[in-house]
Amino acid sequence: MTRVWRRTAGYSAGLLALLVGVVTVSAGIGPVSVPAGTVVAVVANAIAVPVSVEWAASAASGGGGLLTAGLPLRVEFAHPFAFPVSSTHEAIVMRVRLPRILLAAFVGVGLASAGTVMQGFFRNPMADPGIIGVSSGAAVGAVSWIVAPAGVLALLGPLRPLLADGAGLQIAAFCGALVAGFGVYLIASRDGRTPVATLLLAGVAVQTFLGAVVSYLLLHSGESIRRVTYWLMGHLSGASWSEVGAVAVVVPALTLVLFAYARDLNVLLLGETDAVALGVDAERSKRVLLAVSSVLTGAAVAVSGVIGFVGLIVPHGVRLLVGPDHRVLLPTSALAGGSFLVAADTFARSGVAELPVGIVTAAAGAPFFLYLLRTREVYDL
Amino acid sequence: MSDSGPTAGDTHRDGNAHRDGDAAPPLIAVRDLVVSRGDERVLDGVSLSVDRGELVGLVGPNGAGKTTLIAAVNGTLGFDGGTVELDGTDRRALSQREVARRVATVPQETNTAFEFPVESVVEMGRTAYVSRFGTTTEADREAVRRAMERAEVSEFADRSVTTLSGGERQRVLFARALAAETPALLLDEPTASLDINHQIRTLELVREAVDDGKAALAAIHDLNLAARVCDRLVLLSGGAVRATGTPREVLSDDALAASFGVRTAVNDDPAVGSPMVTALREGDDDAR
Repeated sequence: MTRVWRRTAGYSAGLLALLVGVVTVSAGIGPVSVPAGTVVAVVANAIAVPVSVEWAASAASGGGGLLTAGLPLRVEFAHPFAFPVSSTHEAIVMRVRLPRILLAAFVGVGLASAGTVMQGFFRNPMADPGIIGVSSGAAVGAVSWIVAPAGVLALLGPLRPLLADGAGLQIAAFCGALVAGFGVYLIASRDGRTPVATLLLAGVAVQTFLGAVVSYLLLHSGESIRRVTYWLMGHLSGASWSEVGAVAVVVPALTLVLFAYARDLNVLLLGETDAVALGVDAERSKRVLLAVSSVLTGAAVAVSGVIGFVGLIVPHGVRLLVGPDHRVLLPTSALAGGSFLVAADTFARSGVAELPVGIVTAAAGAPFFLYLLRTREVYDL
Repeated sequence: MSDSGPTAGDTHRDGNAHRDGDAAPPLIAVRDLVVSRGDERVLDGVSLSVDRGELVGLVGPNGAGKTTLIAAVNGTLGFDGGTVELDGTDRRALSQREVARRVATVPQETNTAFEFPVESVVEMGRTAYVSRFGTTTEADREAVRRAMERAEVSEFADRSVTTLSGGERQRVLFARALAAETPALLLDEPTASLDINHQIRTLELVREAVDDGKAALAAIHDLNLAARVCDRLVLLSGGAVRATGTPREVLSDDALAASFGVRTAVNDDPAVGSPMVTALREGDDDAR
């Protein structure tokens, strides 16, 4: 193991422990306070280990639920732990708080990873996950769904069965994100090459245009203006286990792909010509980095709205601690982003009136960022 | 996972092997190379070759196409006609990764506004050997260590490149190229921004690598410096080769004065004995 990987492992282990701690403490905070020990007991009780899988020709589904849906399998689960906890506490932690906390954690991981990649990719300290218009595209998708669902349904014909499942808003937002990101990429590409500066400018222009679309939709949102505004500010209320399930698959998988490109990202920091001379297929690496971080951002924004500043400030803060090497920076930023968003959302929901978490991240993040700027500790990118 | 590249020691020790007839193909062979930018032909039918143990200097006025030629050889630029062969293989049949295992480049300057430690920058020279899901192996680390020693940057392995002087930074980039352990080296004005002692030192390091069997093609705008260290010079002007041969032949060639648009005089440098060219102004006595 090289020194770099030792550093990565050390920081990651520490930040993972921090994330687990923040999640545990957060699950105890709320109108009803639950001791951390009880939280751990509730989670342990929920652990289910499949002990036997049986081919049931009669298709009588067992306790498998999600995993075996549609398959004639009978899966028996054993619960290795049975700590005595009150059913109220159990319901509060498992049904109300944990889905929301885990959603915050995965969204935070996704936004911070995508933000780190974008800052390195654009060599620009102001780059954030939405820099190529992905967040704005998601906003247009989500707001259109809220304001005129019938119109969106007509556009997304083939996806109709999915939309009916109550995930219409998320899917409309995700599609909007992908269309915007891909559109910006096409606009900025010529002869198979995508200059980073063109991409940046095209992203800014498309963001401005989509901002106009959102403003127009807002004007005509009538009754639903409150819902639209709430979504645009970024919030995690009403999180469901199915949303957690979706991001729990998408976010870690895509983040791992980004990790695999950490070395390319380092070399690209030296400039594309240098990177090519060193043997990196720069255009291909750029495409992968851009596509993966855009899908990651799109997925995060689809389930949480536009939560600003996480993808901007977390990478900067972490870079101060670990330096610019993406092999260390990417995993540490990802984990720190998870903790940061869980903590911010805990604050957002524990006040007298609940706030959209986007307000908290911006209100807490911006002054911290200015502090870093004043102390000249922000690395030049 | 990584497989180590050919080391300098594996290649021919005898710099003159190619002159014995049917020896191995030159490590860098450029034939009738054409590169256009818009309607303008930046390179128009350039041919040259560089053998093992040979340091070839690419000289010529600003805008002659020296940097373009280097970019066409190392794969950072496409070309419109002719061929580039690396160790007998058409460059265009190779992936960029394979190109980078055959030829390493010392750029004129690089973006070093990042707090990467020197060792990390040198390690980037191993990019073409490290697999995407793997990490550096003992062979990679050994190559990095050797390259840093060779380029005399070991002492600041842990320092950030941003804290180094121009000469030190140039040696780090040289170490990065050595770490790739390629049989051929390309250098684009390696001494352009250096003061006189660093110029000599840097070129001496290149000379040592060549004497160990590498082939090197270096764009050098200082004619006298080029004449002092290179085995052969290639004079490039207006996108074509105007003269080629030993430093003495090229410096004395009428094409030189024509290319630079000045009258010149060639003498022997009294200190080191290498040929030395002086540009003459109108009214200067013609020393010839």
